[in-house]
Amino acid sequence: MWRYILKRLMFAIPILLGVNIITFTLFFVVNSPDDMARIHLGAKRVTQEQVQQWKVAHGYDKPLLVNNAETGLKIITNTLFVDQTIKLFMFEYGVSDTGRNISYDIKHRMWPSLAIAVPALLLGLVINITIAMLMIFFRGTYIDNIGSVMCIVLMSISTLFFIIGGQYLFARTLNWFPISGYSEGFLALKFIALPVLVALISSVGLEVRWYRNLFLEELHKEYVNTAKAKGCSHSAILFKHILKNAMIPILTTVIIVLPHLFLGSLLLESFFGIPGLGSYTIEAIHQQDFAIVKSMVFLGAVLYIVGLILTDIAYTLVDPRIKFE
Amino acid sequence: MLLLLIGASRAYSNNSYPINSPYPYSEASKNTLFSHYDEQPKHLDPARSYSAPEQVFISQIYEPPYQYNYLIRPYKLEPLSASEDILAEYYDNHNNKLPTAATNKIAYTVYTIKIKQQIYYQPHPAFTRDINNNFLFHNLDKKTISKFTSISDFDLNRKNTISTRELEAADFIYAIKRLSDPKIQSPIYGFMSNYIYNLTDINKLLLVDNQADKFINLNDKKYDIDGLKLIDRHTYQIKIKGNYPQFIYWFAMNFFAPIAWEVDKFYSQEGLKAQNISMDTYPVGTGPYMMTVNKPNQQIVLEKNPNYNLKTLQGIYPISGMPGDKEVGLLSKAGQKLPFIDKVIFNLEKESIPVWSKFLQGYYDSAGISSDNFNQAITVANNNFGLSEEMQEKGVKLIRAMEPSIFYWGFNMLDPVVGGYTEKQKKLRKAISIVFNVEEYINIFLNGRGKVAHDPVPPVIMGDEDKDKGLGFNTHVYIDKKTKKSLETAKQYLAEAGFKDGIDPKTGQQLIINFDAIMSGEADESALFNWLREQFQLLNIKLNIRATQYNRFQEKMRQGTAQMFFWGWSADYPDPENFLFLFLCKQGKVNNNGENAANYCNQKFDKLFDQMQNTNDVQAKIKVINQMIQLLQDDSPWIFGLSTESYLLQHAWNDPVKPLTIGNNNLKYRSINPKERVAYQIKNNQPITWPLIIFVLVIMAILLPVIISYYKKTRNPPSRI
Repeated sequence: MWRYILKRLMFAIPILLGVNIITFTLFFVVNSPDDMARIHLGAKRVTQEQVQQWKVAHGYDKPLLVNNAETGLKIITNTLFVDQTIKLFMFEYGVSDTGRNISYDIKHRMWPSLAIAVPALLLGLVINITIAMLMIFFRGTYIDNIGSVMCIVLMSISTLFFIIGGQYLFARTLNWFPISGYSEGFLALKFIALPVLVALISSVGLEVRWYRNLFLEELHKEYVNTAKAKGCSHSAILFKHILKNAMIPILTTVIIVLPHLFLGSLLLESFFGIPGLGSYTIEAIHQQDFAIVKSMVFLGAVLYIVGLILTDIAYTLVDPRIKFE
Repeated sequence: MLLLLIGASRAYSNNSYPINSPYPYSEASKNTLFSHYDEQPKHLDPARSYSAPEQVFISQIYEPPYQYNYLIRPYKLEPLSASEDILAEYYDNHNNKLPTAATNKIAYTVYTIKIKQQIYYQPHPAFTRDINNNFLFHNLDKKTISKFTSISDFDLNRKNTISTRELEAADFIYAIKRLSDPKIQSPIYGFMSNYIYNLTDINKLLLVDNQADKFINLNDKKYDIDGLKLIDRHTYQIKIKGNYPQFIYWFAMNFFAPIAWEVDKFYSQEGLKAQNISMDTYPVGTGPYMMTVNKPNQQIVLEKNPNYNLKTLQGIYPISGMPGDKEVGLLSKAGQKLPFIDKVIFNLEKESIPVWSKFLQGYYDSAGISSDNFNQAITVANNNFGLSEEMQEKGVKLIRAMEPSIFYWGFNMLDPVVGGYTEKQKKLRKAISIVFNVEEYINIFLNGRGKVAHDPVPPVIMGDEDKDKGLGFNTHVYIDKKTKKSLETAKQYLAEAGFKDGIDPKTGQQLIINFDAIMSGEADESALFNWLREQFQLLNIKLNIRATQYNRFQEKMRQGTAQMFFWGWSADYPDPENFLFLFLCKQGKVNNNGENAANYCNQKFDKLFDQMQNTNDVQAKIKVINQMIQLLQDDSPWIFGLSTESYLLQHAWNDPVKPLTIGNNNLKYRSINPKERVAYQIKNNQPITWPLIIFVLVIMAILLPVIISYYKKTRNPPSRI
């Protein structure tokens, strides 16, 4: 297993390098270092000399990918791309263009994101799987039909509607929760309750339908017929056999999203005033802060790779037939 | 979950205090102001910060030598940390003192500023020293620094230590020298280096010295320059090139606020930046407030500076104002020591909906009005804007203020079609100005919150009473203040410009004008573009809108490839010069990378500008300004656009306030009645629990048949195959 993991990690290096090249190219196609300097220096009374000094101070005065003024290897190494990329592989994110420590910000902002994402994921799993199983249990009956229609209705409504509607109903009309805000420690419970509730409601339609389809697929497999032939009860077939076999796709989805929970949700965090990572990248793009953009894209790519490796490991744990090769 | 929440909430608050409150009762019942911000401040270092959202914070913390009187209008400078009015002396090329500024012989000007004695900095670890004057927190090792996550983590209450020091004139000089530090990247360095003698010398020295990567004390003799002179402990001088009468206004800006070398030294320690502790995150000043919490992505807290007004009277509420101020209660606190609020909590709110809801619930003391909520807050009757019934019932007060800014549609004067100075070329711009319905724009896109501009100087900077009779409006476009010239006149102008019926004689086709716009992504963007096209369609001109990102737009402006554009300017200081300089040849964006986006260049205008600068007599100055305005109205490099009006709503428990649209240090004048606030919050936020009971019943009604069916089904095994 370790050999396999090591091999996968080695494969990750060219992937991450590729991701960096794409991010770097896309960013600098849209924004030149001059543009970045002007955004940071402000709109008034800025001279070209100041723009130049800003670029020097932030290391944006070097050529982007090829330094024709250099010789030998330095043609490649003494460039903005190498300066900005190499340290990322050592997980040194440096400081943002406004001078803030990026690692510090990521460390502090991931907790509020997790505070919403983890309960939303866990509660969502329990509730959505339960509803999906009930629908399968009563498949073809009015419960299944009503459930399916409700799922489609919920799927058709945008998350933004749930957020604004949730805030209006639960926080402003019924006065049960604060509309927005965040606090550390135990008091956070008060602030995360509504966003978690909204996240749950907005995920029900899509996820229940997906789980239902998964279970339905399993229902027609031969081992279910065998269980029926053996005289197993409905509940035993459903909970012992079908659920167990449907765990592979469920686990795959859950594990792959686990690392991404750190990155938070843009809409939820923005509307509920949660100081998480959800808006960090978007804010950086608006402010043309390449230091943050590259760090967050790199982190996202690393987490995605980790997610995929974890999924592979999970496969072998759930299904002993699968071996590492 | 709700029960858990109620329990949690009750555990730390008054029993009747609402559970949906974002703050504990203990905080809401105190003399604390709750406010919000929608954009994270990037820089709180006074040498770097130039944007309005940042000024909201640092203007409460720093005190430059002068400020604008809170109640007097038009805006008037008065001493803040200075002890007396500024003294300006003028000299010629032979260093002879000139008796007056009204001369073009001035070679340089010397400003002398005396500051008040016994002003003390806020408590801060940068100043903490023992009885032997050894600084306790100036030489910390990395390991110790890593334990600090906020400025509040430093213990300032150790025995036999002191954590403040008296303000000195040297601190003002230090702050001005910092503007030239290439590490700091002050946005006004380029501008100031044109005026302050030898400021560039410090910049050149620091470009070399900064490479050593250690703290540099700018009080060192090496960095002394001719432009900045320390006279004594409480007096300093600034020497600037020529005569720039508006330079005095810069003394009211935070760029000129004092910086103690100790603070610079403290923040230069390796490791503090990694903890996000720097001058940019925790500013240190002598003002009425100090920053105690800075989580820019969540909350910023300002608390009363205990050293403010400690040994000398730094700030008291004005004892006189304008006629009518007393009647509305603005002088009820006259002569009292500032500030009145103990603590101000600012929360980051990126969306307008939560802000509005929290304001209605009483959790924000005041709020602006977004277009989404405009109709709920404001009613319009006979063109008069007033509070809606709902707001009146809640006791909400509306505060309106004209902003010292202008938004305009500009023509690129270098463009062969829309630019130029011949009568023919002017006629095209005048024709467009006539059909361009700015009044409609204000009504549709700003909910009526604005005033049509007839010239580039906003009314709050120079009122109509100062503008010549008949020139209170643009006579080239209007018949009177409110009536525009007819469409027929515009068409006639267009024909005289050589584009009869909107046809370009060169192509024989409809005239096409390119409009370069900034992509905003706002919901009404496409409606705005359609509206713009409709304006030009009236003259049968086709408007080609080229929407780009802001940086591309700026690039086009610098290169002069834009034909028409929309832009704005907000006042740095309350003087018409701050708007008229936008038309100087030397400010041309394309040729000189200046602020003259229209690239307007008229030697006559430039001469009048110099004349205005060298005129001391107020009436003569107004006369020159009117001549300049006339010239601009005739040349029409802009469709003069509009000045915006801000609307602020305040709950009844706020004491009356007067908007201070220039300068931002108004927090110290605010006061509230927390008891009244808590009563409102309790009245308006009691949880409604009956829907919870209905919800439980509905769930039971759904689940019961399901459970029954489940049991029925499980009793029968599946049919065998």
